[in-house]
Amino acid sequence: MPDISWLPVIDWGDYSGWGPLTYEYLGRYSRGFMVTLGVTFSTLLVGFFIAIPVAVMRLSRNPLIRVPTFAYMFFFRGTPLIVQLYLFYYGSGQFRPELQNMGIWWFFREPLYVSLLVYLLNTTAYTAEIFRGAIQAVPFGEIEAAKVIGMSSMKRFRRIIFPKAIRIGFPAYTNEVVFLFQAVVIISLVTVMDLFGVARAAQSYSYRIYEPLFFVGIVYLASSYAIFYFMGRVETMMMRHVRDRGDVEAAKALTAKKTFALR
Amino acid sequence: MEEFVLSLPLIGPLWESIDLFYRSRADQLMEGLRITLMTAFSALPLAVLLGLLGAWAKLSNSKLANTVGSAYTVIVRGVPELVLIIVVYYGVTQGIQDSITALTGEDIRIDLNPFVTGTLTLGTVYGAFMTEVFRGAFQSLDKGQVEAAHAIGMHRIKTFWRIMLPQVWRFALPGIGNVWLVLVKATALMSVVQLDELMRMADVHGRSTRQPFLFFITAAFLYLAITVLSIRLQHWAEVWANRGVRRE
Repeated sequence: MPDISWLPVIDWGDYSGWGPLTYEYLGRYSRGFMVTLGVTFSTLLVGFFIAIPVAVMRLSRNPLIRVPTFAYMFFFRGTPLIVQLYLFYYGSGQFRPELQNMGIWWFFREPLYVSLLVYLLNTTAYTAEIFRGAIQAVPFGEIEAAKVIGMSSMKRFRRIIFPKAIRIGFPAYTNEVVFLFQAVVIISLVTVMDLFGVARAAQSYSYRIYEPLFFVGIVYLASSYAIFYFMGRVETMMMRHVRDRGDVEAAKALTAKKTFALR
Repeated sequence: MEEFVLSLPLIGPLWESIDLFYRSRADQLMEGLRITLMTAFSALPLAVLLGLLGAWAKLSNSKLANTVGSAYTVIVRGVPELVLIIVVYYGVTQGIQDSITALTGEDIRIDLNPFVTGTLTLGTVYGAFMTEVFRGAFQSLDKGQVEAAHAIGMHRIKTFWRIMLPQVWRFALPGIGNVWLVLVKATALMSVVQLDELMRMADVHGRSTRQPFLFFITAAFLYLAITVLSIRLQHWAEVWANRGVRRE
């Protein structure tokens, strides 16, 4: 390691602590990272499948279906994720006797379970909004043609609308994946030991401020761009057969909107 | 009547808490709301300024400026906001302290005002998102207009001021509105550095009155109210900005 103790800006102190401190916590970091990845991808997977019917309900002509769905999506997209987490985790404490009577207190007592529920509701709302935009961007001529050759509405959705919508919505969904991955740091505020939670613990045990933050910062940066790269590869694979640029243009327009996508 | 209401399951305790809430703590939440809005309103101009600078850096011919601009957006987009907030709040404070100690040998303790830190952090983070917004807006300008301005002998600064900037606002408005909505929501994260904004006020008073649900749901609806109002205002602003544009 080069001698950097001459640097005037920051007192690096025992700079040799950088490696050992990170190394010492490596096991805990990797466990924390597994929690982060687990919460991200389990909620994304389940949320993806729930978001499809939710988006369809959002576009329903029946106001009894459309309005509650809109209210749900607007609440979860319009309020900060941290408020939602605290509302479900700390807020449920206010109804503890009732929840105990109903026999579901064990669920609300465990921060990880509550977080999974909140992240699921949250990502479903955002994903449904992406699907809604994508479904609306499907060219009407294609739907019309499907009607003309006599496809039922279910078949129309399965064969024509959904495959097209998923290609239009994919770049926006890529952003959703990365933003959700990054939003999982907030989970550490309700005492779940994710990657950032481990870093905070490492900070308070070792009285070192920079090393843990620097390390997790690098990990988040690298994983975020790894996700971007991977999703980009999937996108080119999905778009391979597309001759006309219509889908790509529609996808760009949808991504550019990105309506309040960060948490 | 009141005894009957209070004896009901679920509704009883809820009624009690609503009653208590409106008797004692509502103005505390309003104070929190004021600080939330103040933080967001002070961070916004900083974000816009950094966004314009970043867009200029990314679009300029200078390699160095390109690199700095790209590094700025890449880092901010790749690292979660909460991590950046903690880095700025603890890291920068500690950094300034350490550097003063290293330079002068005196042991000085610096307490950064949470409001100032909050504004600076959020402004810096959302400046990166504004950079992308303004970059797109500058790219959608009609290049012929800029060339025409140069041709009639306008200086580069004058071209920027008279031809580009007035139109950039119009193209950037939807993006700015979106960043604003996200920025308002992100102020809630400042509660982790003890800024007395809406979220922290709801947390503190929800704990002390043992009515956390009521306080958080009220805070959530206040955030929703800001969102609804902002979307309205943004719509009007877009109508106003596009008033001189011929519709296709």
